[in-house]
Amino acid sequence: MSFLQSLTQRDRVFDFMAPQASPVDVRHGPILYMEDVTVSFDGFKAINNLNLTINDGELRCIIGPNGAGKTTMMDIITGKTRPTSGSVWFGSRHNLLHMNEPDIASLGIGRKFQKPTVFEALSVFENLELAMAADKRIFPTLTARMTGEIKDRIDEVLETIGLTALRHQPAGILSHGQKQWLEIGMLLMQRPRLLLVDEPVAGMTEQEMERTAELLTGLAGKQSVVVVEHDMGFVRSIARQVTVLHQGSVLAEGTMKQVSMDPKVVEVYLGDDDEEAA
Amino acid sequence: MSLTTESSTNFWLTRPFSERSTQIFLGVLLAALALVTLLHVAVPPDNPLHVGAYTVNLFGKYLSYALLAVAVDLVWGYLGILSLGHGAFFAIGGYAMGMYLMRQIGDRGTYGHPVLPDFMVFLNWDSLPWFWHGFDMAWLAFAMVLLAPGLLALVFGFLAFRSRVTGVYLSIITQALTFALMLAFFRNEMGFGGNNGLTDFREIVGFDLRSDATRLGLFLATGVALALGYILCRAIVTSKLGRVSVATRDAEARTRFLGYRVERFQLFVFVVSAMLAGLAGALYVPQVGIINPSEFSPIFSIEIVLWVALGGRATLYGAVIGAILVNYAKTIFTGVMPDAWLFALGAMFVLVTVFLPKGVAGLFGYLKRRKREEQTTDPDHQHTSKEASA
Repeated sequence: MSFLQSLTQRDRVFDFMAPQASPVDVRHGPILYMEDVTVSFDGFKAINNLNLTINDGELRCIIGPNGAGKTTMMDIITGKTRPTSGSVWFGSRHNLLHMNEPDIASLGIGRKFQKPTVFEALSVFENLELAMAADKRIFPTLTARMTGEIKDRIDEVLETIGLTALRHQPAGILSHGQKQWLEIGMLLMQRPRLLLVDEPVAGMTEQEMERTAELLTGLAGKQSVVVVEHDMGFVRSIARQVTVLHQGSVLAEGTMKQVSMDPKVVEVYLGDDDEEAA
Repeated sequence: MSLTTESSTNFWLTRPFSERSTQIFLGVLLAALALVTLLHVAVPPDNPLHVGAYTVNLFGKYLSYALLAVAVDLVWGYLGILSLGHGAFFAIGGYAMGMYLMRQIGDRGTYGHPVLPDFMVFLNWDSLPWFWHGFDMAWLAFAMVLLAPGLLALVFGFLAFRSRVTGVYLSIITQALTFALMLAFFRNEMGFGGNNGLTDFREIVGFDLRSDATRLGLFLATGVALALGYILCRAIVTSKLGRVSVATRDAEARTRFLGYRVERFQLFVFVVSAMLAGLAGALYVPQVGIINPSEFSPIFSIEIVLWVALGGRATLYGAVIGAILVNYAKTIFTGVMPDAWLFALGAMFVLVTVFLPKGVAGLFGYLKRRKREEQTTDPDHQHTSKEASA
């Protein structure tokens, strides 16, 4: 649709007239719509007519072989990559394709990258303090005080991620798994509506995986969580809804049971994985 | 490193006073100032305990170096910016003070010109360059002591941090900055006395610079400036801004991703540090009686970093210890065997790097930790030894 056509469209207000800081509208259920999204890099379609809907409060797992477009999909949602065509909406009010990265982040989409990066010289508590949504200009930061309210909020997140006992330890001494949880905690401090989590259990031990599964399932309901993961055992343990991506589009969607019995899925992904595991 | 957070409910500037390390530091500093004053004033000159005017002057010089080291530790220890050009801010602060002291000479110079300093008469200039105007007024000169280095740091830092120049590249350009300024200040047409710099000072705000009382006053003023500078730096590093700085030092991209405008934080801390360095320079000049372009030399800026490394980075008090230790050693060595000084400095640096990787201040931290471990792992032993001693 050209720009001129969009001006003559009578069923909606112009973008510049729409209220700016409007809350995310999830009255219709979904918090994220992606419709007919296509991204092509020099003719190669990393994402090909992708349609995906995430409901508010849902925990969704996204699986797919390497190159299926999982990371590109995350990049589109966070505003890092612009799709060639299609539309992406956050709730039914915010068009993410018209927003830049910081705006999308402040709207409430948090992303956890694969490799955990925490501030090793600072304590667990201080890591969460810095991550908190606050006035981040120089002088407010210089004169910031630790109020009871902030402390309660940090304590609450510490409890959620299970690091209360380690609150005064420098983050540098944490294990790999604990760093991942701390990083999820830092995302939670920003009070996101939608959490995008990229391969949270890579390199974790069995117990750490269980703990992460508990943490993520505990978050669902309060936040919407999208997990991209390779580890099928982990996905089985947390997933209610699974989306399988293949060559940039959705191959199958449903419960883990439905998906794993789908012959197409078995062919491209699960079959390979089970062979590897065997 | 111990950064206290949970006690940080009070106003940010008064926060350091509730810290143990700051209380000890201020206590030791004030006791030292009082002791030197007492030994200088109250003890008769023929007594071996008497501290002479020369020594008071020397200590004053060490204290101004200590303030400079604190300024460097603020940007290097807490922000991760290894500035190899802090000598430039020190020297500019020193020149601002030097210009004031030159104007104070008035018509008592060798050529007796009522306004122009001697070197300008010598160069056959017939009027003051524009930037020398107003330096006869103490308030303006003292303001320039802070503003001139601050402005240079603001412009330099704005360009460097906006372009995200960090790490070794930033170190190199700070080194280039001070070298370029040295070459510029060597030139007579710059109007800062060229090679010889500014010297032959007479008096400061009406006090004769050659009198013992003025020297003691300058020593005490430097001590107070060091205390205030230390408290300011401590207030900054214990605030949330200090934690953002440490976060920037360790993971700059991550800090930016949290929504902090990292380059502005870097600029703020860098400018504060440059102003403190300028203040240190301004206190240094009346005590040594001269300022010349050699203070801009790259070697001097590297030496400051060595003091901080020796004393212990990211502690602030370590910087003070390092500056005083190295300069005291320098005074002794250059007196006894001048040729050996550089070897001694090198040896000190090697020894500290091998045996005390966290500097002299790291030794305190180590002792404290050991004491705590002893207390926690062996409570019975502690208990019985107390009983035995009782």
